[in-house]
Amino acid sequence: MDFELSDEHRMLQKMMREFADAEVAPGAIERDRTGVFPEDIFKKLGELGVLGLPFPEEYGGGGADTISFVIAVEELSRACGSTGITYSAHISLGGAPIHMFGTEEQKRKYLVPLCTGEALGAFGLTEPGAGSDAGGTETSAVEDGGEWVINGTKCFITNASYARAIPITAVTGRRGSKKEISAIIVPADAEGLTISEPYEKMGLHASNTTEIHLENVRVPKENLLGRRGEGFKQFLATLDGGRIGIGAMAVGIAQAAYEKTLRYAKIRRQFGTSLSKFQAIQFKLADMAMKIELARLMVYKAAWLKDNGKNFSKEAAMCKLYASEACMEICREAIQIHGGNGYMREYEVERYLRDAKLLEIGEGTSEVQRMVIAREIGC
Amino acid sequence: MNIYVLMKRTFDTEEKIVIENGCISDDGVNFIINPYDEFAIEEAIRLRDAHGGEVTVVTVGAEDAEKELRTALAMGCDRAVLINNEDVEDGDQWSTAEILAAYFKDKEFDVILGGNVSNDNGTGQIGPRLAEKLGIPHVSTIVKIEIDGDKATLERDAEGDIEIIEASLPLLVTAQQGLNEPRYPSLPGIMKAKKKPLEVLELDDLDLDEDDVSGRTETVEVFLPPEKGAGRILEGDPDTQARELVRLLRNEAKVI
Ligand SMILES: Cc1cc2nc3c(=O)[nH]c(=O)nc-3n(C[C@H](O)[C@H](O)[C@H](O)COP(=O)(O)OP(=O)(O)OC[C@H]3O[C@@H](n4cnc5c(N)ncnc54)[C@H](O)[C@@H]3O)c2cc1C
Repeated sequence: MDFELSDEHRMLQKMMREFADAEVAPGAIERDRTGVFPEDIFKKLGELGVLGLPFPEEYGGGGADTISFVIAVEELSRACGSTGITYSAHISLGGAPIHMFGTEEQKRKYLVPLCTGEALGAFGLTEPGAGSDAGGTETSAVEDGGEWVINGTKCFITNASYARAIPITAVTGRRGSKKEISAIIVPADAEGLTISEPYEKMGLHASNTTEIHLENVRVPKENLLGRRGEGFKQFLATLDGGRIGIGAMAVGIAQAAYEKTLRYAKIRRQFGTSLSKFQAIQFKLADMAMKIELARLMVYKAAWLKDNGKNFSKEAAMCKLYASEACMEICREAIQIHGGNGYMREYEVERYLRDAKLLEIGEGTSEVQRMVIAREIGC
Repeated sequence: MNIYVLMKRTFDTEEKIVIENGCISDDGVNFIINPYDEFAIEEAIRLRDAHGGEVTVVTVGAEDAEKELRTALAMGCDRAVLINNEDVEDGDQWSTAEILAAYFKDKEFDVILGGNVSNDNGTGQIGPRLAEKLGIPHVSTIVKIEIDGDKATLERDAEGDIEIIEASLPLLVTAQQGLNEPRYPSLPGIMKAKKKPLEVLELDDLDLDEDDVSGRTETVEVFLPPEKGAGRILEGDPDTQARELVRLLRNEAKVI
């Protein structure tokens, strides 16, 4: 057993930490206010070779492992949750399914621009009527000549405005009452496809959350991702990986909340002494430190299992569930320890809480994670 | 062009100094590349990219310095050399310069870059001492370097003013803040760093005996600066304040 990061991991962590502190953190409050997407940050991340991090070098990727991915997500999220989710979705929702299921030609065409940073990755699964029950997809794709004709609506899709092509799930046939779901890659500029940004969100203001409307969108038959009818299996596999990313985001935001709060508790004085001298506050801080440590260990373990080719569905669900709930508790206490200041934007901890709430919802709600774990333990 | 960089592993600038048994403790301390040496590394990489050749980063230190050498390789240096000085007794600036001089004795080099000072001991001696031993010119605290053939044009920070200097190669320079903005190591750089050559040399390999290079400096005492007391605001009109200030400097601080 070895709890040490490798030299590469340590170098990457240092690089990402310095980059996040210098380039990502300074604008985070402003971006939360304006909702302006951090395009320049992603340009720089592209130059650093981080946008293709876990994908093979032959497609312009970095050839790094999942541990490296969680290190990158954690450090970005520590500085800015919006940047963290954009990056995590880009890799684990946008790039991963093409890497896992795409043909050689699809990888050349769609994965390479993701690795170089020419486009961001997105994945269209959720619909107004199909969230936790993603199998309830209503979007349909009908064969017509050599083409798929796609109709439907996808909602809450991250990064789509900056994507060049979006894999979406659609019903490609029915056997009795059973739907046949497949994934199809749709070019973002296809005729009949509109992407809008209609949402006013609670947090993650600078992340791009879109609605995709597909009306008689025609794409060539070869845009089918992987095999026909395997869409359901594919997105389950995709979400397994994505959940590790959400876990890492939670660790990053929690770490930021904890660090700010520890510093504040040492400086802020009431009743003639610093807050950190009150046992009630010390216990809160001790709990925070403990939960972060545990969450990070679970995220690393899930990533390690994935890197070593072992089953990791249960651990991915566990790390996502534990880390996101711990993160919410930590952010809530962070505001509490900041008192009235914590309620103010300037102190950032209220933003952490607003950003963190998504982590208990996206890529499977906490309830869904418990369902996954229950299934895995044989209930 | 053969470019060499002198690099030192030092305490992170944010570390708090703790003294234990008369020595500075490095327990649980974060280490970094000395920030001035980072400027030197960055400039060396830029010179290589502009003129071709190879960048070798050299450190005199303990085994652990391999981490910082790998970071330098990840930034873009081509090869690294670690000269182990763990057996050197009371190693000081003289020792390090002797060791480096022995290393460079049979090397061909055009430019050697180092940091202006290290952020720990801050003596700024290694560069000038080494240049002297190698019999080559040196320019310290540079903020700009341009090379044309075997001539270099340098801008040197002279206490806030700029001195423009011409020098011939081979040359040793030390970097001042403002020389450049060091790059982040890229992910491909990090992944490649492990495959780049990193040579570990013992004093034996340089035909040195540890006694030849033991330090010439005697450390009498190591202590922290006194804790900063609370500030005092003088009252009254400017005349009274000035008189009071002079009185305090003379009678309390005893500095005039
Ligand atoms: C900011 C943001 C970004 C997103 N990005 C993407 C994206 O890029 N791509 C994408 O496809 N989707 C994305 N989503 C969608 C997200 O994955 C869904 O919102 C999520 O899966 C929940 O689905 P829902 O909103 O329909 O909630 P519902 O499924 O309607 O759930 C409502 C509540 O009911 C509970 N519930 C549902 N079923 C059960 C059950 N069987 N047992 C117990 N409780 C249950 C849920 O846990 C939840 O508490 C994003 C969402 C947000 C908010």
